[in-house]
Amino acid sequence: MSAEPVCGADIVIKALVDQGVDVVFGYPGGAVLPIYDSLFKQNALRHILVRQEGGAVHAAEGYARSTGRVGVVLVTSGPGATNAVTGLTDALMDSVPIVCLTGQVPTHLIGNDAFQEADTTGITRPCTKHNYLVKDVNDLARTLHEAFYVAKSGRPGPVVVDLPKDILFATATYRAPEQVQHKSYRPQIHPEPARVAEAAALIAAAKRPLFYGGGGLINSGPEACARFVELVRTVDAPCTLTLMGLGAFPASDPHFVGMVGMHGTYEANMAMHDCDLMIAVGSRFDDRVTGRINAFSPGSKKIHIDIDPSSINKNVRIDVPLLGDCGAVLEALLAALRKSGPHADGKARNAWWRQIDAWRARDCLRYDRSRKDLIKPQYALERLYALTRDRDPYITTEVGQHQMWAAQFLKFEKPFHWMTSGGLGTMGYGLPAAVGVQIAHPDALVIDVAGEASILMNIQEMSTIAQYRLPVKAFILNNQYMGMVRQWQELLHGGRYSESYTAALPDFVKLADAFGAVGRRVERPDEVDDAIREMIETPRAVVLDVAVDQAENCFPMIPSGAAHNEMLLGPEDEATQPVSEEGMVLV
Amino acid sequence: MPDIERHTIAVLVANEPGVLARVIGLFSGRGYNIESLTVAEVDRTNNLSRITVVTSGTRMIIEQIKAQLSRLVPVHKVHDLTDEGPSVEREMALIKVAGKGEARIECLRLADIFRARVVDSTTESFVFEMTGSSEKLNAFIALMEPLGLVEVSRTGTVAIARGPGRF
Repeated sequence: MSAEPVCGADIVIKALVDQGVDVVFGYPGGAVLPIYDSLFKQNALRHILVRQEGGAVHAAEGYARSTGRVGVVLVTSGPGATNAVTGLTDALMDSVPIVCLTGQVPTHLIGNDAFQEADTTGITRPCTKHNYLVKDVNDLARTLHEAFYVAKSGRPGPVVVDLPKDILFATATYRAPEQVQHKSYRPQIHPEPARVAEAAALIAAAKRPLFYGGGGLINSGPEACARFVELVRTVDAPCTLTLMGLGAFPASDPHFVGMVGMHGTYEANMAMHDCDLMIAVGSRFDDRVTGRINAFSPGSKKIHIDIDPSSINKNVRIDVPLLGDCGAVLEALLAALRKSGPHADGKARNAWWRQIDAWRARDCLRYDRSRKDLIKPQYALERLYALTRDRDPYITTEVGQHQMWAAQFLKFEKPFHWMTSGGLGTMGYGLPAAVGVQIAHPDALVIDVAGEASILMNIQEMSTIAQYRLPVKAFILNNQYMGMVRQWQELLHGGRYSESYTAALPDFVKLADAFGAVGRRVERPDEVDDAIREMIETPRAVVLDVAVDQAENCFPMIPSGAAHNEMLLGPEDEATQPVSEEGMVLV
Repeated sequence: MPDIERHTIAVLVANEPGVLARVIGLFSGRGYNIESLTVAEVDRTNNLSRITVVTSGTRMIIEQIKAQLSRLVPVHKVHDLTDEGPSVEREMALIKVAGKGEARIECLRLADIFRARVVDSTTESFVFEMTGSSEKLNAFIALMEPLGLVEVSRTGTVAIARGPGRF
């Protein structure tokens, strides 16, 4: 520990470096100028200048989710902080570890409606895991180290540290991370042994078990995912994953039945409905997963592994809660099962697999492949997958139909390769997230699977991509509609496409050119392969504008207010199964 | 409709800025009820405050409230006093009554029965201080209504578990 007092701004830099941070995503402004000055005088930290603060948070999310590390954001006071709010909410919903440093007016001006003042801690209180306003420079180092601890411990989430400008100039003695311990926050890691035994007994007795893994597995890390794979294979049960969990279990494994939920596969949802034991691991029974809650998996016992006690018994009654870190709980469960033997009733298990195979035979992701003049979005993604799978790509997405098709048609073998806004559903997430992923993995293939409407919400980040010469690929499925809005208008509002058509889209080829990227547009199926190959081979940023069938809808679908066994498999079902009145009011 | 239960929950929190806003925001943001809420520092050495919140909801909601409170970073402990054995609950109120003649004498008589103390008086008014269960306070205030009740200030419930055990 250096006894020399240093200024607050230097303490900030020192704390970040000591926390192992190598990249900060940010945008300067008056209140954070001292930090930017300290940044200027050092080489340990790299700063990535985004084009809007919202982009900085999404970039940090992409960085965090593709590495398992904490993403760091640095923005100024007032509008800098308010622009970050959407990203912070997104990170909270998807449990992404973020530390966001916001500038603030000097302490003596707080509450005075000063220039670029906002009540940042007040505004961000409901959209962060925790936040701090540092009012004494002597608390600064401790607060920053605590922020990192809180962001990554337990259920991860965003933490804001609001830094008044005078604190950044004031001097204090720096304290290293080892000297700081949080007073009270200690999430439970290891489960109660009695509960583990109970769960193991249920698993051993189950006739129709199903694993339902979520983003918590990914947050717990690759080792937790490996244990999950081992457990699923040991028990020899089908496994489904949530949108957030894709990659936690290899899609190529025969135990995998695809994604669950509103646009999940028929087999996954039917298995959810009909199983007699559900083992939920790091998933939270979100309404997009459960469908109509009173018809959700009526005949099953439920085991729920989660580090967040408030996720257990929130929406669905759980029989055996296992509070703890996924990795630790799965290890304990594996050990218990090794003792008791995985399952007793082989006959029942065979019958369950036969049933699963019968559901699989419905081929729920089929689509019309006969059109030679029109690119089906599913086709474009199938080709993207086929032509990139050997390159271990990192995929980000925006939000809407293209996101769901990407989840259905791109297959993920390992964690950290799939970054999508699941909980908040933030259009504009994908492009800045791809920036963060590419910064973390400079040599990797990083693709933002986008819709033309979503990508425009943060298109300014093309400029960031240009500045750092990031070879990010934007793969736009362009149907000129806000596709998911249009699909719901079709389903619920008599096909009155109120404001869901974009009449004045940019020419994406010229747009790419303007930002120093390579642009190409394809309109026919026979051009798709060539365009994707060119995109991959180009060592620069590419915008591939794929003109797809404007009328295509995303199936299968559990309409709102319906149960898992009331799926729409295609447009033919849409006509015969109108959405219930209760379903209409749901989102 | 599942049964609505009323619970008194004690929450030990770090006494730092924003912690009360965080707890209140949790209740409003998630649509939980607050019937009463009190807060004060209780442990100066460890810088801890105690929040007593009376809330109501289904059993599942009550469990959720406790789980959500527990996961707030500055929260040290959460105890459901309604669930965890017998507890003592008290509330204090200051009750102002104005009147002359027979009504004035009657409210003094009632105050005596209820063991309310007079903490301020003029020739035409009293302020009573009264401590007891919320129900007792409600009963007394109802009796004062026709006798010239002017206004009431209440603390909300504070509670503590019976017996030698500590939180």
